[in-house]
Amino acid sequence: MNYLYFPGCTLYTKAKNFDQTARNCSLLLGFELVELPNWTCCGATFPLATDNLMALLPPARILARAKEQGEVLTTLCAICFNVIKRTNHLLQKDGEKREKINQFIEMNYQGDLKVLHYLEILKQEIGFPTLQEKVKKPLNELQAAPYYGCMLLRPFEEMGFDDKERPTLFEEFLSALGARPIDFPYKIECCGSFQSVGTPEVATECAYRILTSAMRQGAEVVVSTCPLCTFNLDQKQSDILKDHLDFKTIPVLYFTQLLGVAMGLDPQTLGFEQNAVDPIPLLKRKGLV
Amino acid sequence: MGGEQKIEMGASENGFIKRAMVIGGGIAGITASIDIGNAGYEVLLVERLPSIGGHMLQLSETFPTLDCAQCTLTPKTVETGQHPRIRLHTYSEVVRVAGRAGNFSVQIRKKAAYVDWEKCTGCGLCQQKCPSKYPSEFDRRMGLGKAIYTLSPQAVPNKPVINPDHCRYFLEKKCRVCEKICPVGAINYQQEDRLIEEKVGAIVVATGFDLMPVERFGEYGYGEIPDVIDGLSFERLNSASGPTNGEIRRPSDGRIPKEVVFIQCSGSRDPERYMPYCSRVCCMYTAKHARLYKHKVHDGQVYIFYMDIRSTGKGYEEFIQQTMEEGILYLRGRVSRIFREGEKMVVWGVDTLTGKKVEVLADLVVLATAIVPHQETKTLAQILGIHSDSYGFLTEAERKLKPVETNQEGIYLAGCVQGPKDIADTVAHANAAASKVQALFATH
Repeated sequence: MNYLYFPGCTLYTKAKNFDQTARNCSLLLGFELVELPNWTCCGATFPLATDNLMALLPPARILARAKEQGEVLTTLCAICFNVIKRTNHLLQKDGEKREKINQFIEMNYQGDLKVLHYLEILKQEIGFPTLQEKVKKPLNELQAAPYYGCMLLRPFEEMGFDDKERPTLFEEFLSALGARPIDFPYKIECCGSFQSVGTPEVATECAYRILTSAMRQGAEVVVSTCPLCTFNLDQKQSDILKDHLDFKTIPVLYFTQLLGVAMGLDPQTLGFEQNAVDPIPLLKRKGLV
Repeated sequence: MGGEQKIEMGASENGFIKRAMVIGGGIAGITASIDIGNAGYEVLLVERLPSIGGHMLQLSETFPTLDCAQCTLTPKTVETGQHPRIRLHTYSEVVRVAGRAGNFSVQIRKKAAYVDWEKCTGCGLCQQKCPSKYPSEFDRRMGLGKAIYTLSPQAVPNKPVINPDHCRYFLEKKCRVCEKICPVGAINYQQEDRLIEEKVGAIVVATGFDLMPVERFGEYGYGEIPDVIDGLSFERLNSASGPTNGEIRRPSDGRIPKEVVFIQCSGSRDPERYMPYCSRVCCMYTAKHARLYKHKVHDGQVYIFYMDIRSTGKGYEEFIQQTMEEGILYLRGRVSRIFREGEKMVVWGVDTLTGKKVEVLADLVVLATAIVPHQETKTLAQILGIHSDSYGFLTEAERKLKPVETNQEGIYLAGCVQGPKDIADTVAHANAAASKVQALFATH
């Protein structure tokens, strides 16, 4: 089985490890990610103004092109997923805007593509029980804190991913891998997002609270679905150390990297060198690499 | 008891039956019953719980006077119970209604109490000795009740019922302690529901309200944080007859909370997610709660998150002003999230007057949850052939000029079944419904 795949800009640069591990794992799980030809930037944010149709053109074009190739489009980056899924929802529901946008991009897309996150593919198409059977190296009760962030979950009416206040899909995924999911209150809170550019101290404080909350609940690693969250939570730990002398660092991994470990992929291919906080000592201690 | 007495059925020459049925034994139903009874007409008061009093019996004190609710209500319940023209059908439900004004045929299900109320003297021995304890609904699941119970020590009628879902005899076919101990042999495990038929000429519907369950609020922990409670629960904590004997102790560990957060409009005035309407009593009872708490816990700090203060009743605004002067912190803004962190609850809100985010580490959070109709109210509306609105409240005949009449002649509304009301308005509404019944009877 093949799935059309929209990687997005970040997965070609800062988050290559996210992209590569996802592609490699899918092959082991019996499906292939077929990269959408001629893809562009997703638009990076879903417009807040309801009349800002210009911002919807890139995702609309991506969806229209994908529909020419297949019925399901999958993404990894939580922000791309949010923008594309919400645009799809809007094109489904709002006939007037759909017509305007179609005229502008000179295509005829009706909003009838299914947009699924890679985690949803694993749950709905593969199934977590099957995934569990295919795991070669169970994660040995690794205490992993699933960090959803906000983009996968909100707004619920448009994303429909999971319960927005208390999601569990990520936990089910981690359990299938043999890890012990750690529940922590900050798992659905904002990572600081683009504040890391303009007011970095705000983002650093967000990251500090998220990471320390996870560690208080016993987390050994934080698991992420988003390159921007990962940037804020992982790369910013050196800045947190400057403000909080008592802070202890904690590895932050993409969920596909942990999936790769569990599927028995060669650690050399998991892109750990792109992680700011080195996860290898932890994985060694757990007997996983 | 009223039930013991033979009541003459009043009917005029043309067969118009001058006898009323009141459905619901809260303060609305009690008020309407006493009024109609005092006017010389017979009343059947049907209550689905074992005794009358309704939600008001659960309250500790009432605004704006801070009177003890039980002290003001108990004389009324006793008067109702002893009234020569009021017959109580408690632990009963209306099943079928046919006919029209002046001649309604009513079928009532008298639920099996498993206690012969004719024999029972209300001595209470069975309740003392019953070994089966479970969270009491009357105490909002914070205290323990028995499988054989009355709602309160002042219950009217003071006759117990057995809850078969918790009774050891019904569950395991053993125990029978109540049967052994009862000095008059009133326990009857074989009792069954009974259907009775009555004829009445007018009906007053006063079935009251429910609260939106705390479990609805995902952002506040889906009801799984034990120290996030609703307003009625706080009433029980503050009530001398409640599970803590009136000491403010939080449910999780029984400690006295020092930082208490109240959140008004929880589920009210929120068209996107919950109820678009104002529940009308929350501003006042939250202020009352805050004051009662401060009167008991002098070094405690209270935070009230509000949207607006709506204090339009007589003496209400003065009550709010007094509350503010007692050192209670009013923060205008909503709370976005509550979660547990150790023994505290982290409350994230905003103070829109300063534009600042607020974080409170609270020991207890009280949600002023929305007043909603009972789920069964819609079914009752169908039985009666009257209208209910999209929320489930029963609809009056005209919004301004006919606030107690319905689209059916002879059927009237009283209290919160028609929409949220405080006690004073409920009593006035019930007085009005009763006067409509009297006028109907007087003209036939």
